[in-house]
Amino acid sequence: MKPFTYERAASPAEAARAAADRPDARFIAGGTNLLDLMKLQIETPDHLIDVNGLGLDRIEETPDGGLRIGALVRNTDLAADARVRRDHAVLSRALLAGASGQLRNRATTAGNLLQRTRCPYFYDTNMACNKRRPGSGCSALGGYSRQLAVVGGSEACIATHPSDMAVAMRVLDATVETVKPTVKPEGARRTIPIADFHRLPGDTPEIETVLEPGELITAVTLPKPAGGTHHYLKVRDRASYAFALVSVAAIVQPDGSGRVALGGVAPKPWRREDAEAEMSRGAKPVMAKLLAGAKPTEENKFKLPLAERALAAVLAEAKG
Amino acid sequence: MATPREIDVKRRTLMAATVATAAVGAVASRAGAQVPAAGPPASSNAAAPTTKVSFIVNGKARDLALDTRTTLLDALREGLHLGGTKKGCDHGQCGACTVILDGRRINSCLTLAVMHEGSKITTIEGLGTPDKLHPMQAAFVKHDGYQCGYCTPGQICSAVAVLAEIEAGIPSHVTADLNGKPPLDDAELRERMSGNICRCGAYSNIVEAIGEVAGRKA
Ligand SMILES: Cc1cc2nc3c(=O)[nH]c(=O)nc-3n(C[C@H](O)[C@H](O)[C@H](O)COP(=O)(O)OP(=O)(O)OC[C@H]3O[C@@H](n4cnc5c(N)ncnc54)[C@H](O)[C@@H]3O)c2cc1C
Ligand code: SF4
Repeated sequence: MKPFTYERAASPAEAARAAADRPDARFIAGGTNLLDLMKLQIETPDHLIDVNGLGLDRIEETPDGGLRIGALVRNTDLAADARVRRDHAVLSRALLAGASGQLRNRATTAGNLLQRTRCPYFYDTNMACNKRRPGSGCSALGGYSRQLAVVGGSEACIATHPSDMAVAMRVLDATVETVKPTVKPEGARRTIPIADFHRLPGDTPEIETVLEPGELITAVTLPKPAGGTHHYLKVRDRASYAFALVSVAAIVQPDGSGRVALGGVAPKPWRREDAEAEMSRGAKPVMAKLLAGAKPTEENKFKLPLAERALAAVLAEAKG
Repeated sequence: MATPREIDVKRRTLMAATVATAAVGAVASRAGAQVPAAGPPASSNAAAPTTKVSFIVNGKARDLALDTRTTLLDALREGLHLGGTKKGCDHGQCGACTVILDGRRINSCLTLAVMHEGSKITTIEGLGTPDKLHPMQAAFVKHDGYQCGYCTPGQICSAVAVLAEIEAGIPSHVTADLNGKPPLDDAELRERMSGNICRCGAYSNIVEAIGEVAGRKA
């Protein structure tokens, strides 16, 4: 690890200001992704701003019947919250399918959304990678791409977003709340729909979200419960403690309509509302629209039929 | 000639290195690829910034002045000479570094010591003593829940916390009814212990040991 200075921020706005003043500073929450990357010198901040003491660790009900989840709520606490289990079960299920008990005890809501890809070449500092070193090329194109994206990628990068939680947040229409540093001490607040939060790689795969320098996530808000039955099916190489090859988050209503988002197939949680019009007709027509324009590699084209079968299994489960 | 103490240290260093490689190999195989590559060693820098931190380890107040880069794991092992907590992969994949922080199990390798001002930390040394084993330690001995023993401190800390998590009603990936009380069956124990890798493959004995302690509690 490169040496760095460390501070405990006193308020969200001060944390944002401190980060904006130092371009090589990073916020640290659970640390489970950032420290992993710092040990490998993929992330090399010169200053860490600890945001654990900011009181952003509560889950509150919103006036319209939804939930406001503090950015620092641990994945374990979010998955176990009685309201989440009852009304937003897809989120509990997605969280519990990710990482391990130890990691979920530290991992936070904001950190989970911002975790970086698990592309093997991103981790291997000897290899070209546009995301890690812009302009160096993409070793995954024509390389080992089994885990990587089949849709939404670009000539510059085909990495997937590895989060399970984010896929459920997408299907729940969550909103990300932030504070941005401004000349005013209290900063400026804004809300970003989860659909717009993560960017597609295009020719700048190193820019993964719409967050601006110094912008701090303060909360993620869920609208009022969506009803229906909630499903999260994660397909992976072993039964536990592995990232998704394909995952399906779905909410199915009694009349067969519903919502679906996919994990493991794209640079962000993958959802297309036009595909959902086909839900009552089954998995095949949904996937034809949801994965339209897919450009799989020889190594990961298995994800297309796998996603369709996973959704078929979910729809069968929903019928009971 | 090497003194017995030196031989002991060398043996342990060698063992640590072997197990680290094994754990990474097991978890980060290309197919599993949680993290494929090992990183460069931490660069040492005489002028590296330090920060003071105070926390309670196994009931004792400890004050340390640490290079900010020091993980909780290294603070315990190198700073406080509590060598029970093990360094396996150093990337949160193997669970050998599991300790209990403010009542919850965590990977001590993926957190900085300076982030834990005022925290209470329990390591394997704080659970029981050789004369007065914690019931989980005794059950691991009775059921042969290990072979080489390198992952055992992490397994035991994890197991103690797993029973508390089930008791607190925290669901897992295999809990069928999210809104009910999670059952205490083998499937639950296996899923909840999946963050602790054992290269000797003592898994079935580990599940038996935990099950026995859970049964005694019930
Ligand atoms: C072995 C292993 C297996 C895993 N398996 C899975 C899995 O199967 N599924 C899965 O989904 N995840 C998995 N993970 C990833 C894990 O979920 C993430 O590491 C975790 O969610 C990150 O959260 P954190 O709070 O620790 O983030 P940190 O490491 O603290 O931060 C991550 C990033 O977010 C930024 N950040 C943090 N908080 C804020 C904030 N409030 N505002 C703005 N920026 C912020 C940091 O600066 C940093 O860039 C695994 C991790 C490991 C190590
Ligand atoms: S897919 Fe993206 S992350 Fe992977 S090597 Fe190519 S540019 Fe890097």
